[in-house]
Amino acid sequence: MPIGIIIEKCTGCALCVKACPFDAIRIIDKLESSGSASDSRSHKKAIIDLNKCTLCGACKDACKFKAVLIEKAETRAPNSSLKDYKGIWVFIEQKNSKVQSVSYELLGKAQELAKKLGCDVSGVFIGNKLENQLDELIFCGANNIYLVEAPELTNFQDEPYTNILVGLIKKYKPEIILCGATNIGRSLISRVAVNIKAGLTADCTGLDIDPEKKILLQTRPAFGGNIMATIISPNYRPQMATVRQKVFTSMEPDKKRRGKIIKESFDSSLYFSRTKLLDIVEEVESLVNLAEANIIVSGGRGMAGPENFKILEELAHVLGAAIGSSRAAVDSGWISYSHQVGQTGRTVAPKIYIACGISGQIQHLVGMQSSKIIVAINKDPEAPIFRVATYGIVGDLFEIVPALTKKFKEVLKR
Amino acid sequence: MNIIVCVKQVPETTEVRINPETNTLIREGVKSIINPFDMYAIEEGVQLKERFGGKVTVLTMGPPQAEGALREAISMGADEGILVCDRAFAGSDTWATSYTLAGAIKKIGAFDLIICGKQASDGDTAQVGPGISTHLNIPQVTYVKKVEDAKEDVMRLERMLEEGYEVVETPLPALLTVVKEINEPRIPSLRGMMRAKSAKIIIWSQKDLNLDPQQIGLCGSPTQVVKIFTPPQRQGGQILKGEIPDIARQLVELSRSEVS
Repeated sequence: MPIGIIIEKCTGCALCVKACPFDAIRIIDKLESSGSASDSRSHKKAIIDLNKCTLCGACKDACKFKAVLIEKAETRAPNSSLKDYKGIWVFIEQKNSKVQSVSYELLGKAQELAKKLGCDVSGVFIGNKLENQLDELIFCGANNIYLVEAPELTNFQDEPYTNILVGLIKKYKPEIILCGATNIGRSLISRVAVNIKAGLTADCTGLDIDPEKKILLQTRPAFGGNIMATIISPNYRPQMATVRQKVFTSMEPDKKRRGKIIKESFDSSLYFSRTKLLDIVEEVESLVNLAEANIIVSGGRGMAGPENFKILEELAHVLGAAIGSSRAAVDSGWISYSHQVGQTGRTVAPKIYIACGISGQIQHLVGMQSSKIIVAINKDPEAPIFRVATYGIVGDLFEIVPALTKKFKEVLKR
Repeated sequence: MNIIVCVKQVPETTEVRINPETNTLIREGVKSIINPFDMYAIEEGVQLKERFGGKVTVLTMGPPQAEGALREAISMGADEGILVCDRAFAGSDTWATSYTLAGAIKKIGAFDLIICGKQASDGDTAQVGPGISTHLNIPQVTYVKKVEDAKEDVMRLERMLEEGYEVVETPLPALLTVVKEINEPRIPSLRGMMRAKSAKIIIWSQKDLNLDPQQIGLCGSPTQVVKIFTPPQRQGGQILKGEIPDIARQLVELSRSEVS
């Protein structure tokens, strides 16, 4: 049994029950039938339901009496010499040969981590005709750039990009690899991690280096942000993580910074993709990239119809914001799915989230409650959205939103 | 067309509540559901079967109670359910989970298509689908929002990106992960529910799959959870009051520093 309670140490205090995120622990009365009349507390013992337990260890941390025992099977380290792995890599994501902002954010964070490890930061840049963006990457934190260019690599495709990243990792042995938690990033890096058997943590919102063990501490939300978990991959290299957009800030570009360009190429068979990319269709509607937006103006059922999103667009235009929506608005056919925020849509964390006519069902909240400032505009003062809003406005959005647009226009002189 | 749909049983988020005193999740009595994204995967599998004939097998890994998820999928039109269930698989991270599911798929044998939801609503990793296709060395198309065209051996798909979509063609066998836009999951028919009730669920343990013990469960998982904690809950803030122009002025002042 990989987990157990040491009955002699357990006092039945139930700290572990509260700590368990999976409802896997109960307190039972061990001596119910014996009829002994001593301190009743001591009869109560914790038991673990192994069908619910995921061995996460939350109970072990919570127990003050060291009564929880988790037997971790001897984990072998397939990478016999972990010390050979050095340096932090950032996968530089490009679309239409343009570097995505999350890559700059990761270079900035990587520099911070590199100082704690005393190592270099390298970008891995795959595509075609990328020369004109190399300087900017170096100014923003890359000490080296591994550059792989070929016409067939112009656009991201899972298989060739995986082959290249795997080839580079095997050759240069980085200690840590960071990648944006974008659709491309998650798709690519999962393949790479399985291929080389490395630990991969998805969608991190916090990264740090353990000061003693010098390993990467990866913190991420689960259950829609209701719990946070810190994850390590101590016995495998590289340690890999995807990171949400807008969590870290990029460095101010420093034009004095210098870096090394390392050009690499591989056998052309590795550039072959079984899937064929036939077309890339940009969504013509404006302002749809929610993950990259600093401000999101979002509309829900209270918008009452598709034509009314125009007032949100006017505000978004003044603020340079993207347009979001609740599931209700998407399901009513008022706006396309790519705008949907929440459990079955996107998770966002902008600096300002303006929720207009959104009641704030839990499925919506889990997708936006990490935003820095939440503004809620709703007719119903009891709407759950007000419980998470930094600033609430009770009233008619059709009067309030245009007033906001007008005021911001004056102040921002737009 | 032989289709395998991978599903996960998850707690229903609507019912996850925070105990305000201890600031922890209350999971007691929380209903288990099929991961919402997997519902679209099941529906797509059933629709393709209706078009091309063949069979839909639903596959899950989890505790014995996960059988319920398989029965629900059968009620929607899937043909059979396989539960991979063994304490030896406990504590699996996405690496070990995708290895184990890939092992079960190899045991199932010939298939044309694997469909997964884009991610599970509890872990939110989106890593297991691509992990399975890598273990099986088949092509993958993630975030599929539309099947434009399907033939016995090739599919043309729309793959959602942050600001648009790609049109991708893939040979079969392949693995797809799907998003909500792809379809509208059906309500199970009465006949479907009757069939689900009496369906025999196949249960495979480590003994049946005979996987490398070093690659499964806690031991086969490169990642380890070292700490789980509850973040401070967001508190409701300030309600702005006054005439509308005045409210607008207040909000502009309060948020000015974040607007560039």
